[in-house]
Amino acid sequence: MSEAATKEREPRIGGPLVAAGVDGRPRPRRAGELVRTFFSYQAAGPLVALVLAIAVFSVTTDTFLNGQNLSLILQQTVVVGTLAIGQTLIILTSGIDLSIAAIMVIGTVVMGRIALDGNWALALLVGGVVCVALGAVNGLIISRLNLPPFIVTLGALTALTAAAQLFTSSASYPVSAKGLTILGQGIPVGGTTVLSWGVLVWIVVIAVTSYALSRTAWGAHLYAIGNSETAAKLNGVKVSRVLFGVYVLGGVICAIGAWQALGRTPVADPSAYATANLDSITAVVVGGTSLFGGRGGVLGTILGSLIVTVLANGLVLAGISSLYQQVATGILVVAAVLVDQVMRKRRA
Amino acid sequence: MTTTTEQSPRVIMQANGLVKRYGHVTAIGGADFELVDGEILAVVGDNGAGKSSMIKAITGALVPDEGELFIDGERVHFRNPLDARIAGIETVYQELAVAASLDITQNLFLGRELRKAGFAGRVTRALDTKAMRKQAAESMENLGIRIQSIRQKVETLSGGQRQAVAVARAATWARRVVIMDEPTAALGVRETNQVLDLIQRVKANGLPVVLISHNMPDVFQVADRIHIHRLGRRATVVRTSETSPSDVVGVMTGALPPDAVPCATVVAAQAT
Repeated sequence: MSEAATKEREPRIGGPLVAAGVDGRPRPRRAGELVRTFFSYQAAGPLVALVLAIAVFSVTTDTFLNGQNLSLILQQTVVVGTLAIGQTLIILTSGIDLSIAAIMVIGTVVMGRIALDGNWALALLVGGVVCVALGAVNGLIISRLNLPPFIVTLGALTALTAAAQLFTSSASYPVSAKGLTILGQGIPVGGTTVLSWGVLVWIVVIAVTSYALSRTAWGAHLYAIGNSETAAKLNGVKVSRVLFGVYVLGGVICAIGAWQALGRTPVADPSAYATANLDSITAVVVGGTSLFGGRGGVLGTILGSLIVTVLANGLVLAGISSLYQQVATGILVVAAVLVDQVMRKRRA
Repeated sequence: MTTTTEQSPRVIMQANGLVKRYGHVTAIGGADFELVDGEILAVVGDNGAGKSSMIKAITGALVPDEGELFIDGERVHFRNPLDARIAGIETVYQELAVAASLDITQNLFLGRELRKAGFAGRVTRALDTKAMRKQAAESMENLGIRIQSIRQKVETLSGGQRQAVAVARAATWARRVVIMDEPTAALGVRETNQVLDLIQRVKANGLPVVLISHNMPDVFQVADRIHIHRLGRRATVVRTSETSPSDVVGVMTGALPPDAVPCATVVAAQAT
């Protein structure tokens, strides 16, 4: 920095400490800075990882890169991917929901049980209402009684996992009603490739939440609460109302996830999706959203969800044990949190 | 601003005999307070003198057991900070109360966002980002705060710049008074000076300022009058031009009796 520039910004407040472009990000000057600028975008790291994984599997296997397999990857992603969107909203407020898939499983068994009596629309409605109500209970305890989300949802996970087994007497219901399994079907987009309704629903969920996050006051309030609850409150944000709302919305997303899950596997199984609680968190974290809240977004989570599925799918096609996928995912999670920590330190 | 004469300045905010007790502890023991239009009033006091309790009482953060509060001569009862805000009183807090990952515009409008007119605003809750950016740029301009872009995220700003955003926020929304609770406590020397300049610009724009501070040089640099708080109540009010830092510290610590310095209360003077 030249002396003239230093002098020039002296008299008034707010001299430029970083050279910033229109959108407030550092303006790149050299190649090294260009790279740094690219990685200052939250979704940049996950995007590179995803492209790299796709490239490696496309080269090393003959069966990875074709329409049918790519459509399969999307369908494999959809349930956890949808839950991960709800998880993103919650984590942005520096909360967490360990029970998100447990709530969804309750939804599937309630839907499956009621559908046995023949009315699939009623089944869908009641299952959905149960999911939203359970999300609301979590939200009420977290926002009004101020208990830590980790503890509240850990309790919910334990209780709801058992409740699902009790409700079905540990049996599972086959689901045949067309209305409940329709999200597994789809529109053919050439040859044997199918774009399922479930994927389209996922895209709608993504579109609505990213709009809400970036274009509404509610979205700004989520980030503000994640940055600092006290500061948000001092600025007049209705913190407990927003927090309650975000867990209720999590419940709505669980309901959608339950519908998608029955489309993917037409069986309401109380033991299914046991790992999806943590998988949804993995997708969010790999997508670059900070577990400390206030930083991240939906775009990263889409990439994070896809990375996890691509690794699983690709390693199977390459004839490598899927256990290695879990090792790789584990390493990715830790790496993602490390990157987040470095970024936060630099900005503090 | 200059419509009031020297003899009868307009009292914007006045409190009489505020009391707040917690069991046997008296946080406020019959405190008086007055703020005159167009002035910077510093509030000083030792740790535990109860100055922040008094400030909380006049900003609605706590409800006093006894006493009266008047805004522009009208009796008010604040039950919470929102009531004070509605009455046109904005507070800047010592802990940088900004949201780091939001940009400057979003911070200025946090909790008061403008929505688009018509369908887009009512149904899809779309924000009128354009209007907010325009207004934010005007506010920053009026206060002479120079930043690269109002779209800059607050986390890219220095501590002084962040506090400037908080001050701009208060000055944008306050219709009657801006209260600043140790706004420079977390800042370095240069940044402190920048914020002090900013406080004077807020005053020049026509808003009276209450500045709670520990720092005598800061107080003597910007304040018109100094409210000295001691043992839960107002010891006295002095005019900065008629006193010295050592006298103020003397009254603050009890080394000097309050009547040893020239009293500059407005309300009492009118009464006698």
